[in-house]
Order: sequence, then structure tokens, then C-alpha cells
Amino acid sequence: MAKGVKPRVKVPKSASPGETITIKTLIRHKMESGQRKDKQGNPIPRSIINRFVVDFNGQNVIDVAMQPAISTNPYFQFDAVVPEAGEFTFTWYDDDGSVYTKSRKIKVG
Amino acid sequence: MELTRRDLLVLGSGALAAAGTGSLPAFATPTEDAIAALTGNAVPGEGVITLDAPEIAENGNTVPISVSAPGASLVALFADGNPVPDVAVIRFGPLNPTRTASTRIRLARTQNVIAVARMEDGSFQMARSAVKVTIGGCGG
Amino acid sequence: MTLGPGTTGALGVAAALLASASVLAGPGPDDDELVVNGEIRMVTETSPPAHVEGFDRIWSGWRFRTDETQAMQMDDFENPATLFVAAAAEVWSMADGGAGKSCASCHDDVSTMAGVKAVYPKWNPAAGEVRSIEMQVNHCRTNRMGAAAWRYDGAEMTNMVALLALVSRGMPVNVAIDGPARATWERGREMYYTRFGQLELSCANCHEDNYGNMIRADHLSQGHTNGFPAYRLENTRLVAVHSRFNGCVRDTRAHTFAPGSPEFVALELYVASRGNGLSVEGPSVRN
Repeated sequence: MAKGVKPRVKVPKSASPGETITIKTLIRHKMESGQRKDKQGNPIPRSIINRFVVDFNGQNVIDVAMQPAISTNPYFQFDAVVPEAGEFTFTWYDDDGSVYTKSRKIKVG
Repeated sequence: MELTRRDLLVLGSGALAAAGTGSLPAFATPTEDAIAALTGNAVPGEGVITLDAPEIAENGNTVPISVSAPGASLVALFADGNPVPDVAVIRFGPLNPTRTASTRIRLARTQNVIAVARMEDGSFQMARSAVKVTIGGCGG
Repeated sequence: MTLGPGTTGALGVAAALLASASVLAGPGPDDDELVVNGEIRMVTETSPPAHVEGFDRIWSGWRFRTDETQAMQMDDFENPATLFVAAAAEVWSMADGGAGKSCASCHDDVSTMAGVKAVYPKWNPAAGEVRSIEMQVNHCRTNRMGAAAWRYDGAEMTNMVALLALVSRGMPVNVAIDGPARATWERGREMYYTRFGQLELSCANCHEDNYGNMIRADHLSQGHTNGFPAYRLENTRLVAVHSRFNGCVRDTRAHTFAPGSPEFVALELYVASRGNGLSVEGPSVRN
């Protein structure tokens, strides 16, 4: 597992039924592009987060396939509609096989 | 709008398609190849989706962009001056009402960022934004 | 133009270089207002302190950045520095060293440190020296915790300083330059106006004489330290103020001073004092 990978997500604590909310996510990751060389001139192997998925109560909100052109410490902002109370799950997939997850509950009413 | 060689190519391709040749000639750049592969050689329309990117990026390492593609099921992002033009493919799920997304990307030099959306009816839409990437101050 | 004590006869050479090779008239600071998280209102423009002669107004570096870079600092969920601050917040209450203590063992919640970053570097009477906040952190680690000192400009240290800055955000920078700190401040002032390197440039040549102008593609700020540690888009991590000094001196093609050196501590005190009255913005976002 890549060291120091820490996700942060911003989800409102509550929403009215059917409301559209905005979600922001940040995760600490080098996103080593595979295009760089070390001081000895050897290529530094690619090591990135290659996929980011957000679901709510089992239904998908967004599913992103990421390439090395995504900046270090990847940031995404997007909208979601909240039909009922429940839980958002956030999942990031690392090239090295690691999976980082975070979840956030939201109240409706 | 200033017509670039690429615009002319795309226009030319469109004309060929309109003439009923059924397929397009091979595109000239990896970005055009990638777009053609995504759309199955269909020429995307323009004017439905929007792509916001800074005219001048203060640093090419972290360039904020956002795409708004109402009615899209998927948006593919490309940077035509990067060593690898693919940036990301965003699939919008049923709980995504606005089909908008913002992220931050790397641009190796001044170039176009291009968004190609597959709409829910199977058609394609495109938007592009030219970004000037500046080199830094005294340190470079 | 205010000539400081270190200004030399090489003025013409560097001025010609600045004029012909790199510096173009720029638009100056913008008029945007900085409110972080919709609640922390920052002072990004004010009158210079009485001891600063080279400025009519002082502006935070934030006012010289593009709208896109500015926006990243306006919400903690867009500011990538917060990832590193979160890491430091965990370290805050993690015991380390022979005494089995953490920062929290003595200082409780980090919020009790509000205001501390705003007054550093600061004279330490017991030690008989001006100390940067990094020096104070390492003093705690080695003397109270029995832990190894962190590298002065290493990630652990810079993340911790960013956490200490975060709890002081919005408070005015207010470093003391009188009394026993005066001699160190004067050394810093001397350095600020001394031309370094093959390019024979002083801090003042860029940040006092040419702020608002473009040096190549970079919009020169007044070089205040209120935003440090800063998340630099160029480095994609937090950058300590001495690392920034190091980069500037290196870019004049000079042998530079080490992060944590007495020279850079003196320079930090002087440069911080030029921004007395601006809000602590750290961790900021800069290009």
C-alpha cells in the first residue's frame, strides 16, 4: 500500500428528499506518472490511483477511470441526488492493488 | 473562432461522412485517434456540453477544469499536447443529476483540453478549451 | 526606490537584467477578497508597519495569484494542504520519544495554540536567541518528549507548522522586532537588501522594487510570509518558508544558506515583520 494515502470527503450532513448536493473529495497520492526519471536516469515506474467510484445505497453516482494526467493529490467535485437517507461510499483503486475507502452517512428530512 | 488544421480535418471528415462514405479517414494525432475510437468514427456535435479551463494556467502541474454535460452518460477528457493524451473517463451513474464534474489535471505544455461526451441517446458531443501553460519565474 | 544598507554598485547590471531579460509590467494585485470556508475573513491588504519604508500598501501574495489558484485556498476541501494538516493532527496526539509524551500531553488540543504562529519567529529569553517555530517544535521534541529532532524542512515538521498556522488563520501577523530581537531583525534587514549570486539580486530587487510585475511568467508578489507553509502547485506539497528562501537565493545563482541556519532565521524575522498586520493564511496555495 502506498504510504500516507488519506482521503477527505465533504458531504452535507443532511438533505431534503430528492435534493441535489455537491460533494468534494481529495486524496493524498503522488500520482507518479511513469514519465519521469530518477537522478540516475532510470524511469520511475507509474504508480497512480486508476479508478474512483462513488455509490449511494448501492446505486452509482460517479465512476472515473483515471490516467497519469490527473494531478498529484487527486481532487473531484460532482453532484449527487439524495432520494432517501443512507450512506455514500467512496472507493479509490491504486495501481499497486490497494483500495482506499471512506463512507459518509446523510440524513434526509 | 480561428480555424486550426485540426478543425479543418474534422470539418473535412464531417463532409466525407455526410457524403455517405460511412467511415472516416485515419486521424492524424493520438488524440484524434482516441476520440475516433471512442465515437466509432462518428463526428461529435458541439454546443451542448461545456468545458471550463483557465486561459492561462499558473502551473501546469495542477490545472483546474470542470465539465458540464447534461444528458451525457459518459465524458472522456483528453489533453492533446501531453505525452499520453488520455486524462480520464467519467461515467455518470443514475444518482448523478447534473452530469457535471471538476478535477485538476497535468498539462505538459500549452495545448487543448478536449471533452467528448457520449449522450444518453448514443450521440456524441464535444467541447474544447485552449490552455496556455506558462513556465515559472526565475527558478523555471 | 529605497536603497537598503546592502545595496552595491552592481545596481545597474541587475537593473538592466531585470528590465531587458525578464521583468514586464504586470497588473499589480487584484481586488479580490479572501474568505476561507465562507467564515474566516482574511486581511490581504493593509498599511505597512512603520518600520517598512519600501511599501505604500502591503498585500498578501494571494492577491497576486490567478482566480483558479485563489479559489483553491478558499475552501478547505479544495486546498490540498489540508491533507497534510490532517496527517499532522494525528501526530499531535501521538506519543513519541523516551518520555512517552505527545504534543497534546502538554498543550492539550491544538486549538490552544491559536495565535502562536502569528508571533514567530520570537525571542526566547531562556535560550538567549530568536527562535523560529520549527526550532521551538524541535526543542519540545528533544527536551520534553525525548524524541529525535525532525529535519528542519522535512515533511513531518512542515506539516506540523501548517497545523499550527491553521489554528491561527485570520489572526494578524505580529512579530516583535524590538528589545532583544532587534539585533537579529537588523541582521535580517541587512540580508534583505544584500545582493546575492551571479545575478546580483537582493530580495528587495524583486519583491520591493518589482512586485506586481512579471518575472518571466510569474507574477511577483511582495514576498510576505503570512501564507507559509504554502502548498505550491509546482511542488505539489507543503513548502516551508526557509525552503522558499533557499529557492530564491539559489535562483540568484548563489551558494545559499541552509534551512534552519541563523541567517535564514534572521531573514524570516525581518520578512515576517514586513507583513505585520496581514492575516496568518497558512497553509496557503501558491503557484
